[in-house]
Amino acid sequence: MVDLTDCPIDVTKLLSDVGSTQAGAVVLFLGTTREFTNGRRTTTLDYEAYNDMAERKLAALEQQARARWELVECGIVHRLGTVPLGEPSVAIAVSSAHRATAFEAGRWLIDTLKSEVPIWKREHWADGTSEWVHPT
Amino acid sequence: MKVRLKLFAVARQLAGDDTIELDVPNDATVAVVRQELVRQIPELVPMGDQLRFAVNADYAGNAVAVSAADEIACIPPVSGG
Repeated sequence: MVDLTDCPIDVTKLLSDVGSTQAGAVVLFLGTTREFTNGRRTTTLDYEAYNDMAERKLAALEQQARARWELVECGIVHRLGTVPLGEPSVAIAVSSAHRATAFEAGRWLIDTLKSEVPIWKREHWADGTSEWVHPT
Repeated sequence: MKVRLKLFAVARQLAGDDTIELDVPNDATVAVVRQELVRQIPELVPMGDQLRFAVNADYAGNAVAVSAADEIACIPPVSGG
C-alpha cells in the first residue's frame, strides 16, 4: 500500500497495516527532518511531488519489492508540504517471515525511492535563504 | 507543434510558472524538447542528463518521440525522503 499525504504521517496506523501473524519481523524506516547539515541550520523542509507519477512509481516500487523478496506486507507513505524538524517526511514499513528479508527490502525501498520517485524537497535555512535540493 | 511541459522544483522556480510551452518540430523527440527547454532556461544546462523527462508519467529517454497530446514533464534530480 502506498500513499502521498499532506498530513503528519500516522506511523501507528502504518505499523498496524503491515502487521500480520504471518510475519516474524517488521522493519520501519522513517526519514526525518534533520536540523544540521554541513554546519548549516535547517528550519523546515518543504516537499512537492509530481503527484500522479509519484503514486505510480511508489506502487511500482512496492510491486518490485514484492517480486524480489517474500514480503507479507509493505507500506510506503510520503508526506508533502512543510515537514518540521524531527518529523517524518517518509515512512516505509515491511513485514516478512524473517528479519533478513525485511531489512533488505526496507533498505532497497528507501534507496530506490530517493533516486526514482518524482518528489523534491526545498531546504529552508535559518539564515532565511532556501533552495531546492537536486543531488547530482 | 506546440508542446506543454509540466515544471517542478527549481525548473518551476526559474520559469516562474508551473508549465512552459515550447515550439518544436512535429517529429520531435525528448532530446529536441530538452534542447529547446534549456535554450529557454539556460540555468538548467549544468544539470546535463541528470535533468530527466517524463512522458505520460513514465521516465522517457532522449530517443522517445513526443506529440502535442502527451503529458510531458521536466524532472530535475529528485530529492524525496
